[in-house]
Amino acid sequence: MSFLSYLINGISLGSVYAIIALGYTMVYGIAKMLNFAHGDVIMVGGYAALTMMLSLNAHPLVGVLVAIVVCTVLGITIEAVAYRPLRGAASPLAVLITAIGVSYFLQNVVLLIFGSNPKSFQSVVPLPDLKLADGALTITAETIVTITSCIIIMIVLTTFINKTKTGQAMQAVSEDKGAAQLMGINVNKTIALTFAIGSGLAAVAGVLLCSAYPSLSPYTGSMPGIKAFVAAVFGGIGSIPGAMLGGILLGVIEILAKAYISSQLADAIVFAVLIVVLLVKPTGLLGKPIQEKV
Amino acid sequence: MITYAIVIAAFVIMQILRGTGHISSLFEGLLVPICVYVILAVSLNLVVGISGELSLGHAGFMCVGAFASAFFTKCAQNAIPVSGVRFALAILIGAVVAAVLGVLIGIPVLRLKGDYLAIVTLAFGEIIKNVINVFYIGRDVNGIHISMKDKFSLGMEADGEMLLNGPQGITGIPKDSSFVVGFILILITLFIALNLINSRDGRAIKAIRDNRIAASSIGINITKYKLMAFTISSALAGMAGALYSHNLATLQASKFNFNTSILVLVFVVLGGIGNIRGSVIAAVVLTALPELLRGLADYRMLIYAIVLIVMMLFNWAPKALEWRERYLGRFFKKSAKEGE
Amino acid sequence: MAPMLEVKNLGISFGGLRAVNAFEMTIQKGELYGLIGPNGAGKTTVFNLLTGVYKPSEGIVKLDGEDITGKTTIEINKHGIARTFQNIRLFKEMSVLDNVKAGLHNDYRYSTLAGIFRLPSYWKVEKEMDERAMELLKVFDLDKEADYLASNLPYGKQRKLEIARAMATNPKLLLLDEPAAGMNPHETAELMETIHFVRDQFDMTILLIEHDMKLVGGICEKLTVLNFGEVLCQGNTADVLKDPQVITAYLGE
Repeated sequence: MSFLSYLINGISLGSVYAIIALGYTMVYGIAKMLNFAHGDVIMVGGYAALTMMLSLNAHPLVGVLVAIVVCTVLGITIEAVAYRPLRGAASPLAVLITAIGVSYFLQNVVLLIFGSNPKSFQSVVPLPDLKLADGALTITAETIVTITSCIIIMIVLTTFINKTKTGQAMQAVSEDKGAAQLMGINVNKTIALTFAIGSGLAAVAGVLLCSAYPSLSPYTGSMPGIKAFVAAVFGGIGSIPGAMLGGILLGVIEILAKAYISSQLADAIVFAVLIVVLLVKPTGLLGKPIQEKV
Repeated sequence: MITYAIVIAAFVIMQILRGTGHISSLFEGLLVPICVYVILAVSLNLVVGISGELSLGHAGFMCVGAFASAFFTKCAQNAIPVSGVRFALAILIGAVVAAVLGVLIGIPVLRLKGDYLAIVTLAFGEIIKNVINVFYIGRDVNGIHISMKDKFSLGMEADGEMLLNGPQGITGIPKDSSFVVGFILILITLFIALNLINSRDGRAIKAIRDNRIAASSIGINITKYKLMAFTISSALAGMAGALYSHNLATLQASKFNFNTSILVLVFVVLGGIGNIRGSVIAAVVLTALPELLRGLADYRMLIYAIVLIVMMLFNWAPKALEWRERYLGRFFKKSAKEGE
Repeated sequence: MAPMLEVKNLGISFGGLRAVNAFEMTIQKGELYGLIGPNGAGKTTVFNLLTGVYKPSEGIVKLDGEDITGKTTIEINKHGIARTFQNIRLFKEMSVLDNVKAGLHNDYRYSTLAGIFRLPSYWKVEKEMDERAMELLKVFDLDKEADYLASNLPYGKQRKLEIARAMATNPKLLLLDEPAAGMNPHETAELMETIHFVRDQFDMTILLIEHDMKLVGGICEKLTVLNFGEVLCQGNTADVLKDPQVITAYLGE
């Protein structure tokens, strides 16, 4: 029974990673950049929801919606101010370092407003836990909501990308910006939209993460951010099902390693698995192989 | 040559200022860390700028160097009482252990390319930190005891001494580092890096960076030279780690996290990818900057972040470059040439 | 005496696509040989097979009597094949001189330590390399630009520098992949002269790809025509250019 409960916890944590990883992978796919500030957008989402619920006594759902709006606007702003000017820069490292600057910026703005002490987060899921098998197995309501949201997001996003015109424009831009532009696609708008979606998802992930692990500080986003980034690479960066698979596997491995091997080595094990996967399959589990033309 | 001159001039000026008491104790305390970051930046530039691979785990090599050297110092404290000799050996050991790890990690990692290589270096950096965190090593009359659980399972005698105490790390390291030692290590680093870059091996490394396929078509062994750059870079980072650890009383692995690697990468990119002199200057300025901004209290890290973003946009955005070309053309063209 | 290059039944498939099939070719020492064919005929693929970029599915490649089939690019270069690329691949952030010195890498050696500590062997070998590299640059009329960044050279000179770099590896066989692509008629004429000169001066064996038949006719002694991955015709230039099959392949029905 305990294995099953660990497994469910792992899937739940993995679902959060997966939602964050989706943001990473979409942005990477389309803008070919690692958005290191993504983890901090999660944190901002957490604070937005918390402020709504604590200071304004808003309903949790309102808190979530506000968080999504705040993060979406934030994502679009960051892209327009910090990343767009660097499109076409001589080195891809330029935008990477700028993203790190943005990450510091967000952390410190939040630090100035809310202080460095961790705030306890109030769960956005006011439902009772589910007890199965005469109480031997407890599944928290947060877990159920997290996993469900992850599945819904996955389905909606896949449909959006494959079935709508905008989604296909996104695919076109990620294949070949120049050609997409020639076909009349507004590349800047499409990339901005991708950031908007990624950041909105980050808000959802932030709220879910804080509900499951109810402590929020300006640095809350950075570790899950890195893990989700690892998950995205693990699944094959640029691939949406890959991000999903990578996220969930990572969460499960992390929780099981914590439970059965060593809680201190859990992160090391997660990273070791990533290394092994990349050495066997250099572009991740579901990534497309790259071939350089001579 | 200009680079050496700048470093020596800076050292002489600092020494004079120190002698005449013009330096606050705060800044005094910053001198060794500045040396550490200069060495780290130069060494990382060997990988990022000269070899052309993005490494996000540089702090890992620094970590290994720091722990290996501090561990040696703790063990040899009684055997080698002369601190100069002991510290020199400790630095050497830090560098060698980091270099060995560089080879071990480099062999698998360097088969990957681009962002995948970057993420795997990140992963290794985190693994190194985590693994050091679970080791407990103590010494008593019966010899050395090692455990991966906790300090009580070492089963030591009452007079036993903890050498490495899990997440608490190593304590009681003698403060052997000084600005003078740091300065000498910077010179050694520059000597190795610059001479390597301008030699047959350096040419091969740069050729691979510029065009891997062309390099192999003229018979250059890709793996060998990528590994060489990676290993030398690791060794220098290990040296920086030794300098760092002997400047602190307590050494903890958690300090060597992803953010440290990123910080060094920021120096490299802002100083100019592949530009060794730029790395030196950027490391000095950016390490000192938060302290110089101390007057601004809580706002200093925020300003640091803004400075970073603005500088990146100014230096790299195509529009900004165009603008610079138009209005500041002559001035910048000149400095661009010198930077090469 | 064994021919310089002997290729028997060479073939490769990518997925289901048969890119090169039953390719045969023999080049004698000192010959200037042309490999021609329409776009997509598989010419560059043949080069990639000869230089080890791709491993052939079947067939044998012999260089100067030695079997080099399936060896790596680096080993094949050491055996004596050097090449240029259709889309120029210079070391852009390095000087013109350093590009050629990189080509001298395997023939002029000193240890890493000698390089770092500037031991006498460093100074001696570097000086020899400089001299040898400058000699080569002079052949290609690039000596005045030795200190330029490779990427700052005009297009025609970049192509020449690529040949100079390949020559620096002291090859037995030089492969040129569309050396005149993108050049104006004046540059092309000059390049053809240089190629002739290289062949005579160094007694070099040269295999070059072109799809401009007029141009090839003026310089190559022998030709192989490739179409859809197969040899359509081969022999003396004059005979090949008269072959009705070749004319059809080029001009269509």
